[in-house]
Amino acid sequence: MARKLMKGCEAIGEAAIKANCKLFFGYPITPQNEIPEYMSRRLPQVGGTFVQAESEVAASNMLYGAAGAGERVFTSSSSPGISLMQEAVSYMAGSELPVVIVNIMRAGPGLGGILPSQADYFQSTKGGGHGDYRLLVLAPSSVQEAVDLMQDAFDLADHYRNPVMVIADGLIGQMMEPVEFKEDRQPCRSLPSKDWATTGWKGEGRPRAIVNSLFLDPNLLERHNEKLTAKYAEMARNEVRVAEYFTDEDYDLLVVAYGSVARVCLSAIRQLRAEGKRVALVRPISLFPFPTEVIERAANKAGRVLVVELSTGQMLEDVRMAVGKDFPVAFHGRTGGNLVTPDEAREKILAQLAAREASR
Amino acid sequence: MKDKLAFGYPEGLTTGGTHYCPGCTHGIIHRLIAEVIDELGVRERTVGVSPVGCAVLAYNYFSTDYQEASHGRAPAVATGIKRARPDLMVYTYQGDGDLASIGMAEIVHAANRGEKFTVVFVNNAIYGMTGGQMAPTTMPGQVTSTSPRGRELDLAGHPIRMVELISTLHTPAFVARGTVIRPLQAVQTKELLRRAFQYQKEGKCFSMVEILSTCPTNWGMPPAEALNWLEKTMMPYYPLGVFKTPEEGVDRAPLPLCGLQDGGK
Repeated sequence: MARKLMKGCEAIGEAAIKANCKLFFGYPITPQNEIPEYMSRRLPQVGGTFVQAESEVAASNMLYGAAGAGERVFTSSSSPGISLMQEAVSYMAGSELPVVIVNIMRAGPGLGGILPSQADYFQSTKGGGHGDYRLLVLAPSSVQEAVDLMQDAFDLADHYRNPVMVIADGLIGQMMEPVEFKEDRQPCRSLPSKDWATTGWKGEGRPRAIVNSLFLDPNLLERHNEKLTAKYAEMARNEVRVAEYFTDEDYDLLVVAYGSVARVCLSAIRQLRAEGKRVALVRPISLFPFPTEVIERAANKAGRVLVVELSTGQMLEDVRMAVGKDFPVAFHGRTGGNLVTPDEAREKILAQLAAREASR
Repeated sequence: MKDKLAFGYPEGLTTGGTHYCPGCTHGIIHRLIAEVIDELGVRERTVGVSPVGCAVLAYNYFSTDYQEASHGRAPAVATGIKRARPDLMVYTYQGDGDLASIGMAEIVHAANRGEKFTVVFVNNAIYGMTGGQMAPTTMPGQVTSTSPRGRELDLAGHPIRMVELISTLHTPAFVARGTVIRPLQAVQTKELLRRAFQYQKEGKCFSMVEILSTCPTNWGMPPAEALNWLEKTMMPYYPLGVFKTPEEGVDRAPLPLCGLQDGGK
């Protein structure tokens, strides 16, 4: 299929349709309104259903019902709306329902602003809702990658029976880039049959389907938690996704950044390398599971790390965990919807290279 | 002579007993729903939804597929199920705290969108599962664990009449209120439930049946006294009848049910 120029939000919607998702439940919030608008237009054309819910609380619970009935389903929102969905996210994790949730992140806290941000990292990866659970969290850095990850997200959700969250900052959602939808795409994971779904019980063939996260017996609930924990450990083993740039070469500084910020950093790094500065980049694509081992290895090779985020330092904590408390880790973050410019990234990288030189 | 079963469990119910308190009417309501499901021949394509509340374990009592919902969200969950699989018969089973308080947005909007599922709303004027706190439907002056001086209207407002509220929506719907405190009223409420499920079976409209129910444990009364209290205190404020049907001409005009005027005695 030919490459097509598409806005990030619309490409994300089309990717869901290409993944055979026929159901969307959502509520308007800037800067992701192009997703529900696109789905409201496209889904009826492919025999699907779009419902504009009365709130994000309701939308996420509609997801619960539809996923529990065995259908592929997704929603999208932006930070304050994602906060409202956390109740259902916890229930869906507890009830092991496969759903895809897109967060086009905007600046917070509170009502914050409508410009890009990466300040929902903690909420996505550490559990924004109650209880012990994990989501698979994927972070694209281009519109094409958003399309590819969206399609994988549905397979991963079905494979693990777990919610998958795709988090992109407002920049990815709002910019236009050429994208290609691959013909004859195969599922990225095996897709087990959904014999647990409430499709109507005929009295035979399978046990009665009960979608539920209630376990009043503490021993049964503990067993359920152990089962979930084992699943999260399997995800951690098998689903690490990371992009490395120049880590095969020699370098004096490792930059760690994800999403659109990683692209800005990469521009600065390419320019600096052309000038003889030795810098490498690791870009986590899966934020849970976090590419801890890759970062540990790449950081040790450099001896110094710079983390760049559109937040006051959230992924930073996972990088610090990966390298240990005595490792020099610097941070540069912008908030409020401000972006990191290539010149700014260059300046921060140069400062770290100078600091490394001075510490020798 | 061959033995013939005169009375037994409906196929729609499991046979293990329930956790409900003595004198609670949930058991009767469960049975009526199961009988209706059986009689309409839809058990194999029925999915129930119970949220947090006394019926939180209802999935153990109905022999159909079932989804548990979070507090108040059953109409949203049911929307998801029904939109995903319109061939299924879907119903929610909600209490008054659940439906009229925390789930107010979900019930009103599901009704207003005309979602083609059935809501069974069990109104016992109190939060049962959590130990008897004041509900939006608690009666004026009614003592609960969070209204120790009785419901004070200047602080808590008047009880919400959900059937009347839903009836104001223009979207076609079947909306009715019954009770099960006397055998005749139970039979009449079963008829309301049958109509509600029948409308859904025909794909016609949203349907909701409110059922006035007792909570002897949290009301602090013996079961028989609770029946009388419901009749004397709740029924004048929550009139029984059909408030809205999808057919022309019936809109917000409660139709008294035959035999209900005298309390079904």
